[in-house]
Amino acid sequence: MIPELGHFALVLALAIALVQSTVPLYGARTGDTTLMGVAAPTALAQFAFVAISFAALVTCYVTSDFSVATVFENSHSSMPLLYKFTSVWGNHEGSMLLWVLILSVFGALVAAFGSNIPAPLKATVLSVQSWVAAAFYVFILATSNPFIRLAQAPFEGRDLNPILQDFGLAVHPPMLYLGYVGFSISFAFAIAALIEGRIDAAWARWVRPWTLIAWICLTLGIAMGSFWAYYTLGWGGWWYWDPVENASFMPWLAGTALLHSALVMEKREALKVWTILLAILTFSLSLIGTFLVRSGVLTSVHAFASDPWRGTFILAILVLFIGGALALYAWRAPMLKQGGLFAPISREGALVLNNLFLTTTCGTVFIGTLYPLALEALTRAKISVGAPYFDWTFGPLFIVLMIAVPFGPLLAWKRGDLKGVTQRLTAAFGLAVIGILVVCVAEGRPVLAAAGLGIATFVIAGAATDLIERTGLWRAPFPIVVRRAVGLPRSAWGTAFAHIGLGITLLGIVGETQWGGEQIVSLRQGDKVALRHYDFTFEGTSSRNGPNYKELAVRFAVHRNGELIGEMVPTKRTFPTRDMTTTEAALMTRGVSQLYVSLGDVSKDGAVAVRIYHKPLVLLIWLGAVVMAFGGGLSLSDRRLRVGAPKPAKAKAKPKAALQPAE
Amino acid sequence: MRISTIIRLLFVAAALAAATPSFAVRPDEILPDPKLEARARVLSHELRCMVCQNQSIDDSDAPLAHDLRVLVRERLKAGDTDRQVLDFLVARYGEFVLLKPRFEWRTAPLWLAPIAILLIGAAVLGAAVHRRRRRRAARSDAPAPLSESEQARLAELTGAGRN
Repeated sequence: MIPELGHFALVLALAIALVQSTVPLYGARTGDTTLMGVAAPTALAQFAFVAISFAALVTCYVTSDFSVATVFENSHSSMPLLYKFTSVWGNHEGSMLLWVLILSVFGALVAAFGSNIPAPLKATVLSVQSWVAAAFYVFILATSNPFIRLAQAPFEGRDLNPILQDFGLAVHPPMLYLGYVGFSISFAFAIAALIEGRIDAAWARWVRPWTLIAWICLTLGIAMGSFWAYYTLGWGGWWYWDPVENASFMPWLAGTALLHSALVMEKREALKVWTILLAILTFSLSLIGTFLVRSGVLTSVHAFASDPWRGTFILAILVLFIGGALALYAWRAPMLKQGGLFAPISREGALVLNNLFLTTTCGTVFIGTLYPLALEALTRAKISVGAPYFDWTFGPLFIVLMIAVPFGPLLAWKRGDLKGVTQRLTAAFGLAVIGILVVCVAEGRPVLAAAGLGIATFVIAGAATDLIERTGLWRAPFPIVVRRAVGLPRSAWGTAFAHIGLGITLLGIVGETQWGGEQIVSLRQGDKVALRHYDFTFEGTSSRNGPNYKELAVRFAVHRNGELIGEMVPTKRTFPTRDMTTTEAALMTRGVSQLYVSLGDVSKDGAVAVRIYHKPLVLLIWLGAVVMAFGGGLSLSDRRLRVGAPKPAKAKAKPKAALQPAE
Repeated sequence: MRISTIIRLLFVAAALAAATPSFAVRPDEILPDPKLEARARVLSHELRCMVCQNQSIDDSDAPLAHDLRVLVRERLKAGDTDRQVLDFLVARYGEFVLLKPRFEWRTAPLWLAPIAILLIGAAVLGAAVHRRRRRRAARSDAPAPLSESEQARLAELTGAGRN
């Protein structure tokens, strides 16, 4: 009964979506307020029905209803409750339902909190968003229905893949989807602006919070995925330039560019046409990411061809929305009026440069990801594009961008003074040079490590420079500094934090890749192995039974310069249901660095293969992402986004926004 | 085994078979000569495990990756240069084995794309700046003459009409 309810609720959501995708739009074109008013209640109703559908599926999983095919395939009655819950989206069908749930959440949020958006724009936005929703409801119902029953209910499920039985699954996919799907709002706003043929600074102000929310979630989602892979997979890697990772990274790069260009549009009414294009591209990349991951095209072109139904369906959605949006753009964008002028050396100029580089890096990742597929499809030649390619192409581009980051926020709008800004950055630059020298002298390390450290320092110190200057730290008396700091717009704090976070992540990457050490050895009880200042002693093994697995644990005593600092217990779990083993690495945190021990095979004579890593500064990689997201949150709480822009009636009589001081 | 495997597992049930914990380089593979071993590790990062999804042989625990790692080390012990090792593997397994494709006509678009995107982007920007500057220059060179009504209003404001 419950799965059928869920199924039926999803069908109803589709029906509502169809209404929402047409009626309000017609109302907006004809100026009929009653029809426009349909948008908000239908968006809320759509959310309610998808939520019912999702809750039904959750109920099936939590109660282990194995008569439902997806529950049978991905769950087990002995799993802990948390994993029963998270296994809802640990598979294709359930994760698609989560996708549309989040889509409807965003629609409902716009309906509920978008009261300051003019009615026709709001109606159009919700309509456009509903087109996307309708397409994906049809996709789920036609090809990926999670509620299909088995004729004979099996007694026990096949268990969730052990690697997914982790807290990471509770956080990573929902966050990632909040990011992906959140960009659908920016997309809907862009399409609505094209349909209306009108766009202004107020539009940018309405779009920015939604883009920010999506960006924050995507940042955290990617970081969480990376961290999860790091601790769970047993060999300490955190990024691999794999197509699936790239699929989430491309929207992030485009979304970051969008945040910056929307800023120019909001403050200066410039870059309108470009911002619209970026909003379209960002969501398009989210859709492409969904296509890449879902269709199986990544495994090989042939895997896609052998089971083409789902893939073709998503491809059709892709072509329809991306093609349609770009066609609409080509037709309507030339009609949009261009805004404010600015000199090349200015805040706007810096943000344009930021966009140029972010778009180029995004394009590089795009080509690197899809070129092998295209080449194979066209010429049947198979090539591989892996991490070394991206190190050589993405790396240099991003380094140039990093060096430019500190300049942007210090430049004035309209016409900036590069020389002055360079002088103001002298301290940051000096710090970077000191960092480089220290590394060179103390470690005698290769150029790469020193340069990386220098750039990271420059980014962090440069972002701090802006705050220091604006609060007059070290120049003004302390109470005044505090008053200025409090009075500074939140968005200024947000910018600084986001940029500092970027520098912190870079620092972590440099530390982990340049100073890391590893030992791969085969050990027996009593053996000792040294890595840097640390000694690891194999003390003994033990085994125990978990709820749905058996576990072998090895105890290591860790000494630093002869002094005992703790014990590390890496384990290996065997899951009988799927006949699989997983490694649970032992991690010891020392400041922001980590020691990492994971187990390999146990040989017949009782020796255990062990991998030991020293990973300096590694935690900074994810800490930096959290700081970036925090910066985004600060920016989101800025007064001008909360208050919103003046309504168009007032806007005609000179918008107040134009009178606010530039930040 | 990697993050992508996690994500892929989320989506592609068929990938489940590939999901075993990874333990790439094994202790017994490691060469006694640390210099040769370091070269082997660098080379391993650039070679693809052909039965895996986009994993280097250094990262993969597939039996094939193990064989390739041993092969790379054997070639190095026999005195091959890095280049010779790669050539040997390409001759045996094709270009597919290289994670960093060589620059040739087939891969030229791949390698040139980043710089091309950057240059095209910069050119479009440059053109936009140039166009705007010219437009502005044209405007400031010859400001539109005042219309008759404006002339009259100016005269009224400056009081010229009352003289």
